[in-house]
Amino acid sequence: MSTQSTRFAARLMVAPSVFVLFIWMIVPLAMTLYFSFRFYRLLSPERAGWTGLTNYTWFFKAPDFWLAMGNTLLLVGGVLVITVVLGTLIALLIDQPVYGQGPLRILVIAPFFVMPPVAASIWENLFMHPQNGLFAAVARGLGGQPILFLESYPMASVIGIVSWEWLPFATLILLTALQSLSSEQLEAAEMDGASGLNRFRYIILPHMTRAITVVVLIQTIFLLGIFGEIFTTTQGGPGSASNTLPYMIFKQAIVAKDIGRAAAGGIIAVILANIVAYFLMRGIGKNLDA
Amino acid sequence: MARATTPRRKALTTLAAWSVALIIFFPVLWMILTSFKTEASAVASPPEFLGASWTLENYAEVWSRSDYPRFFWNSVVISVGSTLLGLVIAIPAAWSMAFVPGKKTKDLLMWMLSTKMMPAVAVMIPIYLLFQWLGIYDSKIGLVIALMLMNLPIIVWMLYTYFKEIPGEILEAARMDGAGLWNEVVYVLAPMAVPGIASTVLLNVILAWNEAFWTITLTTTKAAPLSAFIASFSAPQGLFYAKLSAASTMAIAPILILGWFSQKQLVRGLTFGAVK
Repeated sequence: MSTQSTRFAARLMVAPSVFVLFIWMIVPLAMTLYFSFRFYRLLSPERAGWTGLTNYTWFFKAPDFWLAMGNTLLLVGGVLVITVVLGTLIALLIDQPVYGQGPLRILVIAPFFVMPPVAASIWENLFMHPQNGLFAAVARGLGGQPILFLESYPMASVIGIVSWEWLPFATLILLTALQSLSSEQLEAAEMDGASGLNRFRYIILPHMTRAITVVVLIQTIFLLGIFGEIFTTTQGGPGSASNTLPYMIFKQAIVAKDIGRAAAGGIIAVILANIVAYFLMRGIGKNLDA
Repeated sequence: MARATTPRRKALTTLAAWSVALIIFFPVLWMILTSFKTEASAVASPPEFLGASWTLENYAEVWSRSDYPRFFWNSVVISVGSTLLGLVIAIPAAWSMAFVPGKKTKDLLMWMLSTKMMPAVAVMIPIYLLFQWLGIYDSKIGLVIALMLMNLPIIVWMLYTYFKEIPGEILEAARMDGAGLWNEVVYVLAPMAVPGIASTVLLNVILAWNEAFWTITLTTTKAAPLSAFIASFSAPQGLFYAKLSAASTMAIAPILILGWFSQKQLVRGLTFGAVK
């Protein structure tokens, strides 16, 4: 029952949101695009000028570019797999009747309240540090050698830290979905002799599809731009073993002070995000409508 | 999905669930414990638990070495301010998307969300230059605007899903009774939407509080919030664990306490209203 005037009013009400987001997106994007074709180094301002595609070709020819691209996707994929799988298991566990459900949930969501720089520095110093970290102490206590987490397994360590930060989010969404599942359906299946695994596979998992979609969508958006955790812990190293696209861009902008190259990297990152978004929407977007 | 179980089974699941919860929570707990130890005790090997020498000195020193109240206040202003400003812009949009949906509503929502996919690092320099040029670099208002824009898609999306659950007939009835748009929003919609709005506010305050890229990139001293405060304490690694832990605890404590007290709203907020 929407009249012409309510429709017009409705448009008007959406307008501010669309307008500010459009500006927030388009102005920096246009500037980045412009810089990406310019020679623009803060250390040699006198050489400013158009430079064609050289900023882009520099990136594609950089020895660690493909590694950084791979690491970026590995970080997103790794964290998604870990948080969805562990989140599902934990949700199944704490959905059972247990004593102290309230306090239990508080403990599980705690990592969500820890800001990324703090999370990264706790893990780096208090746990993973080869001399003073708790893991090293445990390893020595067991008579072994401390593992050099950030030196020997930089990507795995970063994925572990980021997974810890995102686990509460995945767990909570999956738990909420689980709680809306009718118990009659499960009991009926149980009476018909369906095993626990089959009940999970054919009843619980299909019910959670939408929740998993939300987890994957939201997390991907945040994970593609992950930067702070790497900056705090490995700084892309050792060498460039844990370099990612965002970190590579950061290094060009802040360390090399080459705005042109950083901008080209930025455009590449935007294209990558669009490709990922495209496949994401094609693959799981339909789950969102139901 | 609550089902009848035996006490024995409940005890076993309780044990398993609490073990998992404590493992997840342990890093935070260990940080808090370390913050009360002396520096020597903090790095002792084997690690000291109950026998450690406890002290409040780390907090005293962090307090005296930096202007914690100012960082704290900046964090409060920036996270609450950006969320409220976001609400003002998002509520009308979410309202009209939920109650006067058009063919393009879904696409519009997805587009809004997609603006968040642009990696912050990619547009760091332009935003930095723009903020300098507009004279809002290192100002609280600048960060309020930046974080509002960052969280706006999420605020719109969350409100949209909450509003959609409000039956449209009630609004139509109000309209029949002659309520104008403004009255409809203020007297009919708002009271029903309060829980959803509360969850939205809570989640976005936390997201803004924990934001550490723009808050560090766009500030130097005046407007720097707690994320920058903690960055300044990241001493040479492997050193001053107790002080680092104390500063870290001080940075996350306000939001940890807020989150724990409002757990129920937060859980609803975290699900983005998208999962039932």
